[in-house]
Amino acid sequence: MKGLLTAFVGSVIEAWAELRIHRTRVLLSLIGVAVAVCALTSVVALGNIAQQATIETSERSSGRPATLYVSAYTADGSTPSAAVMDKTWNEALVRYGVRYASRVNQQQLSIQFIDGVSVVNAMLVDQPYGTMHRVTVSKGSWFGEADAQRLAPALIVNDIFYARLGSPDLSTHPTVTLAGSKPVTAVLVGVTASQSWESQPSMMMLNDAYTQLADKLTTDASYPSYPSYEMWVPPALSADLTTRLTADFSASLGEGATAQVNRQDYAANGDDPFLPIKLVISGVAVLVLLLGALGLVNISLVTVRQRIQEIGIRRSFGATARRVFFAVMMESVVATVAAGVAGVMLSILIVKSPWVEGAIAQGVSDVPPFPVEAAVLGLAAAVVVGAIAGLLPAVVAVRVKVIDAIRY
Amino acid sequence: MGRTVSRVDDRPLVILNGVDLVVDVGDRLSIVGRSGSGKSTLLNLLGLLDSPTEGEIFFDDAPTRQFSARQRDVTRGRDVGFIFQQFNLLQGRTALENVMTPLLYDTGSAFWRRRSIATAMLERVGLGHRLASTPDRLSGGEQQRVAIARALVRGPRLILADEPTGALDIETGESVMALLDEIATASSAALVTITHDPAIAALATRRFRLERGVLVPWAEVLL
Repeated sequence: MKGLLTAFVGSVIEAWAELRIHRTRVLLSLIGVAVAVCALTSVVALGNIAQQATIETSERSSGRPATLYVSAYTADGSTPSAAVMDKTWNEALVRYGVRYASRVNQQQLSIQFIDGVSVVNAMLVDQPYGTMHRVTVSKGSWFGEADAQRLAPALIVNDIFYARLGSPDLSTHPTVTLAGSKPVTAVLVGVTASQSWESQPSMMMLNDAYTQLADKLTTDASYPSYPSYEMWVPPALSADLTTRLTADFSASLGEGATAQVNRQDYAANGDDPFLPIKLVISGVAVLVLLLGALGLVNISLVTVRQRIQEIGIRRSFGATARRVFFAVMMESVVATVAAGVAGVMLSILIVKSPWVEGAIAQGVSDVPPFPVEAAVLGLAAAVVVGAIAGLLPAVVAVRVKVIDAIRY
Repeated sequence: MGRTVSRVDDRPLVILNGVDLVVDVGDRLSIVGRSGSGKSTLLNLLGLLDSPTEGEIFFDDAPTRQFSARQRDVTRGRDVGFIFQQFNLLQGRTALENVMTPLLYDTGSAFWRRRSIATAMLERVGLGHRLASTPDRLSGGEQQRVAIARALVRGPRLILADEPTGALDIETGESVMALLDEIATASSAALVTITHDPAIAALATRRFRLERGVLVPWAEVLL
């Protein structure tokens, strides 16, 4: 064990000394590896960012895998009563122990701004909706569990709404009046970033809070209001739950009613929708890396031939064949790891530059951070390339005849 | 023992023939001979860099033919020190790094203390002030002293010197040999010197001559 430790440390020291002495040559040969690792890491990182951005965008609109949507129609094609739907829905949530579920409804509410009353689109949701749809609030916080019971309902508004209120400090609990037969004072608890396509103020409110106040508010009667019911469940259980929920709602709504339960999240079809992109990205990355590795093998072979005498001298001082093999390998690995670190750092600078980030994550408000797995992959690739590129020269070094080598 | 190699026309070329030599602790041997007489081959055999085609070499009474390749390397590193005519210092490395090199192959505490051991060795050969000098900044005599320090830094029991003064002027050669003798004596190491120089050969207590691969005692020393 002691011998192994000294052999390993000794090999690293030898490798480092060799790199230090021939730094110009090493630097030149490693530029190719650094560029290859940088390209590999960048391609993977940009691919991951684009994929993550797409996933998040998809999850914001259609929910996370697996999100089940429940809809129902009575025999005459009309929507069932909200009371029956809510009762069946709540029973199902309790029966199947579903923690993340939300009713989603749209309503047009009149808001008293400083410059007059405006009709604003309000999305009515339940508290888990924020987690289910990855809603991020740029100021304040998402609805709390107890917000439905507040006398002054809590609101989360978009940037445009917030700006029209004069961007008040949320810690002062700013209020806004919801116009109606009996105007209601609501409290702003959070602000979300407006989507790029949004140009009007909008808001979110808890379903239960709205239900308590609905008769006091001015609403747009002509506005269609079809509530949707959605739940976020483990993908493995989604098929079974779909069958059971369909049966539950059909039975509850009575003769002739039709209940439909389906998935609309990006993974609804079961396949990985990003697999083709991943394969293309991986293929390009591997090709780039192979090119870098070939260059390194070439230079390493030439270098070993130049170092035959030195290898012979080391053998005369007791360096075993295994040790020489390992030292030459380590030299390659140490060098490529150094190049790999440089390549990964360069990649981070490129990927996180505002220009590239803006181009790749266009329209996405929440750009994911630089993926750690891309950096790890880049470094791992550097180690593998180093080992492969070092293998051939190491074999040549071991085959050197000591006597001939010393006189070389 | 003997050493034969194949020639291009497949006829064997006998380099060493019936060599019978015992080297004891503290011995001072010199071997002279013309170019091509087999001197370096004999040195390589003694240093376990080469194997005889006939006969056997015993190291500490153990037949080396039964040694594995790794055993030969380890034995050579631990017990044999080489000094070459052309010094063979590692280019680009400082004197200290050159002397530290053999200690990289030690598995004991000497590995971890290699810097202090190598520094002490260089001070011993009078180069304590040239630790950071690379070979291209050292004179021939200084380079050979670095080579001696490197050969002896692991305390070998057998020192094999191949024309150690061949690249030096007479005066420097004498001082190098005196240093080599002094350090070898201090560590009770055996010293085998191959030389063309009768004066250097005369310094040994046992003198041999190689003639067409045959090793014969050589009493006649022309000074």
